[in-house]
Amino acid sequence: MHMPLEDSLGLNLLAANQHRADHNRAHFDAWNVLCLNVMSSPGAGKTSLLERSLAALSSRWAMAVLEGDMTTLLDAERLEAVGIPVVPITTGRACHLDAAMVGGGLKLLQQRLDPAELDLLWVENVGNLVCPAEFAIGEHRKVALLSVTEGDDKPLKYPVMFREADCVLITKVDLLPHLPVDVERIETHIRQVNPHTAVFRLSATSGVGFDAWHDWLAAQLTSVQTTPALIHA
Amino acid sequence: MTRCLLLSMHEWKQQHAPRVPKVDRVHLEVGSFTCVEPDQLVVTWSDAVKGTWLDGSELVIESVPLVGRCIRCQATYSPDAADGFRSPCCQHPMEEIVSGRELRIRSVAYGFETASPPPTASCPTVAC
Repeated sequence: MHMPLEDSLGLNLLAANQHRADHNRAHFDAWNVLCLNVMSSPGAGKTSLLERSLAALSSRWAMAVLEGDMTTLLDAERLEAVGIPVVPITTGRACHLDAAMVGGGLKLLQQRLDPAELDLLWVENVGNLVCPAEFAIGEHRKVALLSVTEGDDKPLKYPVMFREADCVLITKVDLLPHLPVDVERIETHIRQVNPHTAVFRLSATSGVGFDAWHDWLAAQLTSVQTTPALIHA
Repeated sequence: MTRCLLLSMHEWKQQHAPRVPKVDRVHLEVGSFTCVEPDQLVVTWSDAVKGTWLDGSELVIESVPLVGRCIRCQATYSPDAADGFRSPCCQHPMEEIVSGRELRIRSVAYGFETASPPPTASCPTVAC
């Protein structure tokens, strides 16, 4: 028996993760690095996007990648081949990266280079349209990919991901002539759950759409690097 | 999500150290526009707390419905995937979410397995 007590907390269920995400963010701000959290379902083209963007932008910006995968180093090896520093984060059974995992990846990255020399840090999340949307990692921007092969209904079926995204990339548009899918309808559904997100149509195979996507990246980088950090680690 | 909840509960427990509270119930508010499936969370909670200081505690989840506000007509409505989450009055996209994004530990019911009286200031760092 015990005397019943009750504490009213009003505490965010993800408070512990948010504390760690805030800590990561303070590091990114202190280093003056733009951090992107790249999310999508498996096979939507995250690694292909990074391969093309890293190759196109490596002469312009200093970049590194934290590569999340449940198992294997296959994606990390693909990106290492581009000549960019890559730190693999193997999550085991976890279907998303959390802030603590990214914090661990940052420590490994610091053993290889000085992050303050970077302009852009890409975090490729685990392929999943559900959980990654809820777990902040300290990123400045969330980028969601949706390939045209996934169909036009996904923004309505997985609305939290597309609501949270600062930018949505509709990928594999080179396949549109071969598919019974309406890309306008995909974009309409995205904007129904998130009217203010940026939307670009890309093909990592043909390269179409990458100039506009890279212009958006440049604008985000300028925005972050010209905004004084409010807190420092 | 269960792991995050356990971490948050661990942080709460630290406020009572060195005493260890015996938790009866944890009340959550879970919005319907989140990635949390309440029934699944209850099942994983009961498994995860076995043999821990939270063993025997009950997870009570209150679902919070998704409510949007149309910025054109200012009406509140219940966005629905079948209607593309649009405002029913003018078909405007879902701009403002009034509720439905909650992932909140509302309260914890607990006690202490000792003969000594409970502390008067039971929760020094939160608004009680």
